[in-house]
Amino acid sequence: MDVNKLTIATIRAGLAAREFSAAEVCEAALGFAEAGNQKTNAYLRLCPERAMETARKADAAIAAGEEPGALAGVPVAVKDVITTRGITTTCGSKMLEHWVPPYDATAVERLEAAGGLVIGKTNCDEFAMGSSNENSAYGPVRNPVALDRVPGGSSGGSAAAVAQGTATVSLGSDTGGSIRQPGSFCGVVGVTPTYGRVSRYGLVAFASSLDHIGPFARNVSDAATLLETIAGRDPKDSTSAFAPVAGYAEAMRQDVRGLRIGLPQEYFKGLANETGGQLAKGIELLKTLGCEFADVSMPHTEYAIACYYIICTAEASSNLARYDGVRYTFRSERARTMAEMYRLTRGEGFGAEVKRRIMLGTHVLSSGYYDAYYLKAQKVRALIAGDFAQAFEKVDALVAPVSPFPAFKLGEKIDDPLAMYLSDIYTITGSLAGIPCMSVPCGATGDGLPVGMQILTRHFDEPGMFRLGSAFERAGGFTV
Amino acid sequence: MEEEASVKIGEQEVRYVAGLANLSLTEAEIARMAHDLDEILTHIDKLNELDTSAVEPMAQVLYEAGETATLREDVPGASFDNATALANAPLGGAGQFKVPKIIER
Repeated sequence: MDVNKLTIATIRAGLAAREFSAAEVCEAALGFAEAGNQKTNAYLRLCPERAMETARKADAAIAAGEEPGALAGVPVAVKDVITTRGITTTCGSKMLEHWVPPYDATAVERLEAAGGLVIGKTNCDEFAMGSSNENSAYGPVRNPVALDRVPGGSSGGSAAAVAQGTATVSLGSDTGGSIRQPGSFCGVVGVTPTYGRVSRYGLVAFASSLDHIGPFARNVSDAATLLETIAGRDPKDSTSAFAPVAGYAEAMRQDVRGLRIGLPQEYFKGLANETGGQLAKGIELLKTLGCEFADVSMPHTEYAIACYYIICTAEASSNLARYDGVRYTFRSERARTMAEMYRLTRGEGFGAEVKRRIMLGTHVLSSGYYDAYYLKAQKVRALIAGDFAQAFEKVDALVAPVSPFPAFKLGEKIDDPLAMYLSDIYTITGSLAGIPCMSVPCGATGDGLPVGMQILTRHFDEPGMFRLGSAFERAGGFTV
Repeated sequence: MEEEASVKIGEQEVRYVAGLANLSLTEAEIARMAHDLDEILTHIDKLNELDTSAVEPMAQVLYEAGETATLREDVPGASFDNATALANAPLGGAGQFKVPKIIER
């Protein structure tokens, strides 16, 4: 058993043929994760006891001739902004250094009920705020493809774990690109489903109108299987969608001949680099599969960053008000009064990027600024969503870059927050519209750095997204 | 004076906003924050290029969907017991969260 190359399908087959047990897979994954973490810092903690317990249950089910579940024996890493009962969940923040949640996120509950082994909690930017994973209070994650480079963010640990092979699949969260961008930087599949497709119950809130949970995997099928397991209405999240979770496996068997794909012209301007070159190769490959391409225009793209950084910081400033030093957070030891307790706890407990966003969000919501900033941004958000709605009248899917450049060096951009924000331009638009988007590997640069290709479809058309991604993968697109 | 007019936010306003946000910042953090926020707010000004007078604000993701039962009966369910709720408190005791004195004598 080559633990770093296992897929959901090979684990299933191996268990059925009694080649190995779920407990053996679990032990191998945990051992590799512990050793591999010295290189990448992808995990904040491993959970061997919990994972082994789930593995033994799966083995018992198999021995009794029962169906053990779609994820039986599959090692899964979970981003540390997603709660796990009895297992410390820090959100990459000093503020929650000792927080042991008394409940599981719905996504965790569902994947574990399907036999998935939660082997560990992954490192991330503090409260999922960042594009490089350098904002973690517990040190940056290193990209397993090139250890002097960032894995992307904010779900850098979840992407790195799957790229390195310590987990077969993982859960991340995406607010403005935090699954797709690290997916592209680490050369793995990263999926942001439709807003509301996966319950946010147990996803520590950053920007509630934009937060998503989604999967990472080394192939499209595994990502689809994990999504299918965790998706669907949950009474604990009133924004979770009632729409039925359609059969992704069947969609992935279809070819893509005649599929109409739009190329948003605004996304390809200024992409005269190796990333653009790889995208062109990927598009050529899709043409050979019979896809029909058309240029589309998304005229409000250039306003997306400004719009996003108003909405997400406004929502964050409100959501993060709960970290007050009273109930479950760190508390400053210097505080002598109640007011000091709030101010010092937050001043000492939050890192620089989180403070920056709380400040920006508080400012844009403050008296006299609401209309000029927050209301304006909500209107521009409607225009950006309208760009997509218009495009999808003409085409079935959009293909676009994920990031303007591949993984950059640690420390290269950390001192320029605006430049870091601007690099999220291609992923933020889809997040604002709430449509499904995924990053699939699309070869690499001359230096061997992975490039990602983004596929975007209509609300709840995850089947269409997986159909195109899967056809691309089968045709060799991942190494184009 | 022209330079001053182009400043979107200064250290004075940063201190005010930090007060609203209950966030203690060091002097070094305040200077850095004023610089960073000013740069970001200058970029955000770009939104004023767009006439949005006839646009409805989008408060949440909207999509076509059938009628859904989002209202339910108000039925009490299980909740955390006192010990569980207090387990993560930085300071607790006698079944309560403990905080510094609020009323000065």
